[in-house]
Formats: sequence, structure tokens, C-alpha cells
Amino acid sequence: MDEPSTDVIQGTLDLLILKTLSLEPMHGYGIARRIEQISRGVFKVNPGSLLTALQRLERAGWLDTEWRQTANARRARFYALTRTGRRQLEFETADWTRRVTAVARLLKAEG
Amino acid sequence: MLWRQLTRGLRALFDRSGADRDVADEVQDYLEQAAAAHRARGLSPEAALRAARLELGNATGVREQVRGVGWENLVESILADLRYAARRLRATSGFTAVTVLTLALGVGATTAIFSVLNPILFASLPYPEPGRITSILEVGSTGAHNGGTFAMYRELTDRARSFAAIAVLKPWQPTLTGTDQTERLEGQRVSAGYFQVLRIAPALGRSFTPSDDRVRGPNVVVLSDALWRRRFAGDRAIVGRPIALDDDRFTVIGVMPAGFENVLAADAELWAPLQYDASLPVEGREWGHHLRTIGRLRSGVGIDQATRETDAHGRAMLEARHPATYDPNTRFAVASLHDELTRGVRPALLAIFGAVLLVLVIACVNVTNLLLARGVQRRGEFALRAALGAGHPRLIRQLLTESLALAALGGVVGAAVAMLGIRALVALTPPGLPRVGAIQVNGAMFTFALGLTTLIGLAFGLIPALQAARSDPQQELQHGTRRTAGGHRGTRNALVVAEVALALVLLVSSGLLLRSLERLFAVPVGFDSAGLLTMQVQIAGHRFDQDSDAFRLFDRALGAVRGTPGVAAAALTSQLPLSGDRDEYGASFEATPTRPAETYPVFRYAVSADYARTLHIPLHLGRALDDHDGATAPLVALISESLARARFHGADPIGQRLRIGPAGPYAIVGVVGDVKQLSLALNESDAVYIPARQWPFADRAMSLVVRTSRDAAGLAPAVRQAVWSVDKDQPVVRVATMDRLLAASTAERRFALIVFAAFALAALVLATAGIFGVLAGSVAERTREIGVRAALGASRRDILALVMRQGMTLTGLGVVLGLAGAVAASQAIVAMLFGVSRLDPPTYLGVIALLGGVAALACSIPAWRAARVDPANTLRAE
Repeated sequence: MDEPSTDVIQGTLDLLILKTLSLEPMHGYGIARRIEQISRGVFKVNPGSLLTALQRLERAGWLDTEWRQTANARRARFYALTRTGRRQLEFETADWTRRVTAVARLLKAEG
Repeated sequence: MLWRQLTRGLRALFDRSGADRDVADEVQDYLEQAAAAHRARGLSPEAALRAARLELGNATGVREQVRGVGWENLVESILADLRYAARRLRATSGFTAVTVLTLALGVGATTAIFSVLNPILFASLPYPEPGRITSILEVGSTGAHNGGTFAMYRELTDRARSFAAIAVLKPWQPTLTGTDQTERLEGQRVSAGYFQVLRIAPALGRSFTPSDDRVRGPNVVVLSDALWRRRFAGDRAIVGRPIALDDDRFTVIGVMPAGFENVLAADAELWAPLQYDASLPVEGREWGHHLRTIGRLRSGVGIDQATRETDAHGRAMLEARHPATYDPNTRFAVASLHDELTRGVRPALLAIFGAVLLVLVIACVNVTNLLLARGVQRRGEFALRAALGAGHPRLIRQLLTESLALAALGGVVGAAVAMLGIRALVALTPPGLPRVGAIQVNGAMFTFALGLTTLIGLAFGLIPALQAARSDPQQELQHGTRRTAGGHRGTRNALVVAEVALALVLLVSSGLLLRSLERLFAVPVGFDSAGLLTMQVQIAGHRFDQDSDAFRLFDRALGAVRGTPGVAAAALTSQLPLSGDRDEYGASFEATPTRPAETYPVFRYAVSADYARTLHIPLHLGRALDDHDGATAPLVALISESLARARFHGADPIGQRLRIGPAGPYAIVGVVGDVKQLSLALNESDAVYIPARQWPFADRAMSLVVRTSRDAAGLAPAVRQAVWSVDKDQPVVRVATMDRLLAASTAERRFALIVFAAFALAALVLATAGIFGVLAGSVAERTREIGVRAALGASRRDILALVMRQGMTLTGLGVVLGLAGAVAASQAIVAMLFGVSRLDPPTYLGVIALLGGVAALACSIPAWRAARVDPANTLRAE
């Protein structure tokens, strides 16, 4: 955790959540940790934004939720990707790739 | 996923604590997971928890953030606004009640009047392409509109190219016979094209064809839906079956649809072809002006073009047919049927509409005033809420919610007022108002009322909201306790002046109408109306084709009525004063050495001998008619005083002779007093009275006038029974006391007066409330100043005068402005005035005195309150 961390790029949080959940169902903290780990600490997820986004994605029907008991007898909410969520992930991935390629091409041209 | 949005949102709405617990649990779990992760990396439990808290940030903030997702939050905040608004409105129940009632009055009155006027004045006629339906008129040299003659109809159907269809029509009152229950019906005789002009086809059967409409053509009849249901049980097999009308067989050929509205004769329930005999002599009555002509314009033809064509054909026809009497000032015109139907009532109705708009304006002014006053009082509250973090949009939304809630309440109460108002107005409508049947509480009215309330609510809600948005909370809070009224005092004063002025306009208008009615009732009718009962007896059926049989029936009926207990005298007349009857003939006097031959239009009364005695019409000269003036006796007549004066200029008319239309000559045997025939307001009273048996034909309908020695209305059943005891098959209609006829003849003015008086009263109350509100507010705001004045030596009387002066200055300004307005507005009701100038000084002075008195009363309460301010208390409060 020595590298300087930044906030998640505006508008990509949904994509990151969907991608993270495409591996396995997870609770909110797990998703945050996973994003940090995989980005090697580049992205730091704001918990408020994350939980709000989860609420929103669940409403949109892309995630299903499930309450599970934790070890210390508390409730934890687990999120899993739905079929429409998976389609949304594919769509957003393609969209993101398209944008990144375009930006990269622009940068290369400038260079 | 709309479904999920909906269910989750609803769950949050209905189980807020459950939803909140979910969010709290999730946040808590997040915190613990984070802490656990920190501990796993070797931090102490306390340090781990601290680090986790740091990572999460403000837990409450996060919970709020997550809670904020979803549409239900908007609903919740609106509900919260509404709850708050309801609390505020309940807390200030006096303000709420006054505002809601003011709005309800304004909205309700406007809506009621609009609903009543809409079908009459504004809505188009209930036929396809109604703009093309026209009335074809012959306009005499005096400007009088005439419905036209059969000659004009024939000329136009033969030659005019402007019309797709033309029809003539006349009233028809057949009696349905041959059933258990003889009934006199209202109907119309129409030429074949009538339903083509209206473009309404029967729901059952067929309409008329040209082959139905010829002399001695088939007896066919079309029924209205109402008549078909009432008398024929809605039997669909009625088409083709015969019914008996006046003892003749008529074949039913069609039934009109249920929704068919016959604007030309709203009461008509059946139609038969006109079957005009064109071979009758041109000079006869049949060719006279007793028809109405309507036409449907061809597409692309304008009213002007049709008028030019009709005028050309009409004049050519008149000149060719009646070269001797052709008057070049006579012209022919085409007018929209709608305009022609409403021509007589339009000025009065527009004046009423204007009056209700004034009421609405006053109501709006009053509401604005109330909301402004409240806005001033609430500035401190707004400032506090702004200081506590309520954003301006939030404040504005809150105020708009309050205003809309007020407007909605006002709208609901207003709708109730409107419905009651419509019912009252319909009950009050004067006879002769077209399309009264089409008046109803309709969707348009509700839209109108609702739109109105919403607009008022939004407009006035924004005033305090904008005020609050503009203001600087800090400054406001500092000033809060002192409740400065600022520049709004000026606005509110101006509004009160406007209210007083508008109220004065309405008061003056109703005052003028009241004086007119007073004058009208003071007009002598020419006979004694008290205790007179009237009804019309008609004879129906072929049994009375011989005039002598008709006379015998009338005589026996009269005898039976005279024998009824409670009847002091009874007589028959062919036309009844003030009943709507109008039967005029030309009375021609032969040339004498001193006077040329002259013809006067006169009312013809064919009467039984003691008609004048029964009505108490005074006999000025000569003798009355008596039973010796029979069919074979010398022809005699009474003339009215005005006719005697016009023709004989004070010379003795007794023994002089006159012809009445084709009949006569009659010898004048007496002169009687003038009688109002058409209306109290009209001075036409030239009349002749002749014995009924000396007229060339027997009138088929005679009015019975009965002088009673007790309650006239109560005697009606006995009198009717007496007529039926002679012949139970004769319809007896139009039963009314003479006093009721008299009242009905002034119905239009009375209607206008009642409406205006109601509005004026409302305006007076609102204006008074306005003056009182502003003064009371001003005294409350100036308590400190008044205390200082008192401390410095102002007496109670000084302070009383100070406040009274303030109030009366506003009233005075309002009166001055209102006078100018009233003078202008009186122009609009000039047609309804009688015997008073529209600038009648007593009316204006009386209204000013009334308004001044009421205003002084309204001022005196706040003034008295101000005078009682204790200087010690106010100064201590500083």
C-alpha cells in the first residue's frame, strides 16, 4: 500500500463492481478490497459511493442480494451478478475498451 | 427493471425502519470487516477500529447517502412538505379558512357562471359544422328582425345558390288523443329540409322527404326520444304505426336520437311536415310573417356573400309581388343561428360575466393580500430555516406546496360552490333563455376550476417564496423580532384600494338594477292583478270543427267555473296580458272630414262580455260589453285610452267605426284604460276588445281569467276540475296566478339583479375583510410606534384618529377610482335599466354611504385596539 492511491475514475465504478462480482458473490467490503488489490492499490473505493452504487445496481436488476449470517452473528449483505447484470458487464466492458483505445490512439498521435 | 424499482421503493415507503435497518447493518458490517482486516495486519483492536472508521468516514453520512437512492425519497419529501403544510394551515386556521373561502367564492362563482353561460354564449351549437347554420331574416325599416315568409322561402329555395339546405318552421301544439291520457304536446311544423339543415338524422326510421311536404300530403310525424320513451315505452316497432293527434291519424316515420337538442324550440317533442298550401291568396294570413327560416351554407360560402344574394332575391321578390307596399328600407339578411338565438340575452349575460370576473379579481386580490401579510409575518421563520441549511429551492418548494394545498382546498370547496351555484342559477333562469337544457356540470368546468386554482396557488405561492429567496438570513434574523413590513405595506395598501374600487363598481351596478326593478314594479299594469288566476283552455279534435260548437264549449266551461265556490268573477280572452301572448292586427279608421284614413297596429282581444269587469280595467267612456253583443247583434268594440288619444285627440270616439284586419267595421261603444300586454317596460298599449262571437272565427285556445275571493293559486285545481266537468278531453295549460306572470315578465332583470346583488355582497364582504386585515396588520406592526406616540403625549383620541384616517384614506381612494369604474361599467348594463339614468345620483350616493359606513366599521376595531395600547408595556418590551 505504498503507492499513492486515487479515487475510482468517474463513471467506472459500476463497471468495476460488475467485473468484481462476475467472479463470485461478495459483500460490500470484499468488493472494495478486491478492487484495491487487483488495481494494486491504484484505486481506492469510497465506501459511501460503493454502497450507494450497490443499492442502485440492485434496483436496476443487475445484482441480486442475499443476507448471510457472519461469524460474529451479524448480518452481511452479499451481492451476486444477475443475467442482465452479466449482459450489462459485457456492454460496459466493450464500451470502456472502445473509449480507452480511442484515448490511447489520440495520445500516441500527439506523442 | 421497473418491477424491482417499484417494489423496493414501496417497501422503503411502507417499512422505512426495516429499510433503514438493512442499510445500518450493511454499513456496520462494512466497518467490522474493515476493522477485522486491519487487525489481521497486526493492529491492536482499538487502532484497527479507528483505522476502519477513518476509512469509512462519517457513518451517518454514508447511511444517509445510501438511503437517498430511489424515487421514494422524492415522494417522502413531498409528503413531508404536505404534512408540514397541513400543520401550518391548521395552526393558522383563521387565515386558512378566510383564504379557502375567498378562493372558493371566486372560483366557484366564476365556474358556475361560466358553466351556465358557456352553452348559451360560447359553445357552438350541437350540430355538425354548426358555423354554417344560419338564420335568414327580413329586417324591417325599424330594424326589427323577422323570421321571413313562405314567399321568401320559396324564392330562396328556387334561386339562391348560397345554401345547401333551407327550411321554414312554425310552432305546433297538437293534442295526443286516442289514449287514456289526453296530452297537449309542443311540436313544430317544419319544411322537408329541416333535419338536413341541422344535419341530424333520426335514430330510428327516416326523416322527411319533399314528397311528405306537399299540400294534402301524408300525415307523418317524427318523435323525440323523450316522447317516444314517455308515451310509447321506447317501442322500436313504433315506426310505421299510427298515432292520433287532434283526432287525426299520423304515421310515425322516425324517432330522433336521445342526444338531439332542438335549439329552435327546446320543448318540441314531435315534428310534422309543414304542408304549405301555396295556392292560398297572397294577401292572407298564411303568407304572413309567422315562420322562421334557417339555412345551411354551402361550403366556402361566407355569411356576407349569402346576405348579398339573399337580399337581392328578397328585394326583387317583394318588389314584384307587392309593388304597392314595397318598402325599399326593408332588407334581407343572413346571420349565424347561434348569434340570432342569443341576440336578446347577450348583453345581460355578458354583463353578468363581467361582474363575475370582477368578483374573481377581488378574490384574487384578497388572497394576494392575505398571503403577502402572512409572508411578512413568516420572514423570521424563513430566515431561521435558511440559516439551518434549508436551500432556497427547498424553501420555495415548501411554500409552493403550502400554496397548492390552499389552492386545492379552495378548488374543492369552490367546486361545491359551483355545483350549488349552477343549480341555483338554472332554477333562477328567466324564461326565453336559449339552451338552458344544455347547462350542466361538465368536465370543462372542472378543468376550468382546477386550472384556475392551480394558477392562483402558484402565482401567490411564489411571492413569499421569492421574497424569502432574495433575503439575507442574517439580516432577517436580526430584524425578525421587529417584523418590519418594508415596501410591502405599499403593495397591500394598493390592493385594498383596488378591492374597494371593484366592490363599488359591483355595488353601483346592482344598485342601478335594484332601482330599475323598483321603478318597473311601480309601473301600473292597468288592471288589478291581485287574486287573479289564469289558465289556457284549448279545444282539440274534430268535434269542434264548427265554430258554434267551440263557442258552446267555452260558454259552458265559463259557466261551470263561475259556479265554483271561491270564484268571484270569470272571463275568457284570446290573449292574456304579460303571458307572452302577442296577437296584433291593423286597426283601420276611415277618413273623416278632419282626419285621414289611418291604420294602427293594435292588440286584438276577443273576449267574453265581462272581461274588463273581471280584470278591473277601468271604463273611461261609454259602456262595457255585455251579453247582448252576440253573434247576430251589431258589431261593437272597446278601444284603449291610448288608441283613443292617438286617433281622436280628445274628441268623442263613441259611435266611430274601425276595421280590425279583415273584420268589421265595428262601432266603438266604450274606452277602457291601457293595459300592459308585452312587458312592464314597454309602452305599447293600443288595443281593441271585441266580443269573441263577433270575430270571424273562433280562437282555438282561450285564456280563462278568474277573480278569486281567496288564495288564487289554491283555487287552481277546483277551476281546472270545473272545466273538465264540461269536457274531460280538453287540455288546460299554462295555469298561473297573474302575480306570477307579472313577476315572470321581469324575470330577466330579476335574474340579473339577484346575480349582481349576490356578487356585490360578496365583494363588499371581501373588501371589508381586506380593509380590516390591512389595518389590523398595520396596527400590530406599529404597536411600538403607537406606544411611543402615546408616551410622548398623544391622546387616545389622537391615536384613534390616526388609524381611522389611514383606513378611510384607503377607502376614499378606492371610492374615487371605483366611481370612475362604475360610470364606465354602467354602460354595460344600460340595456337592463328602466326608468333610471345610469348616472342616477341617489344610487351612487347611497352606495358610497353604504361602503363608507361598512369601511368605517371595519377600521374602528383596529383603531380601538391601537387606542388601547399601553405605552408602558410597549416601551418595556424594547
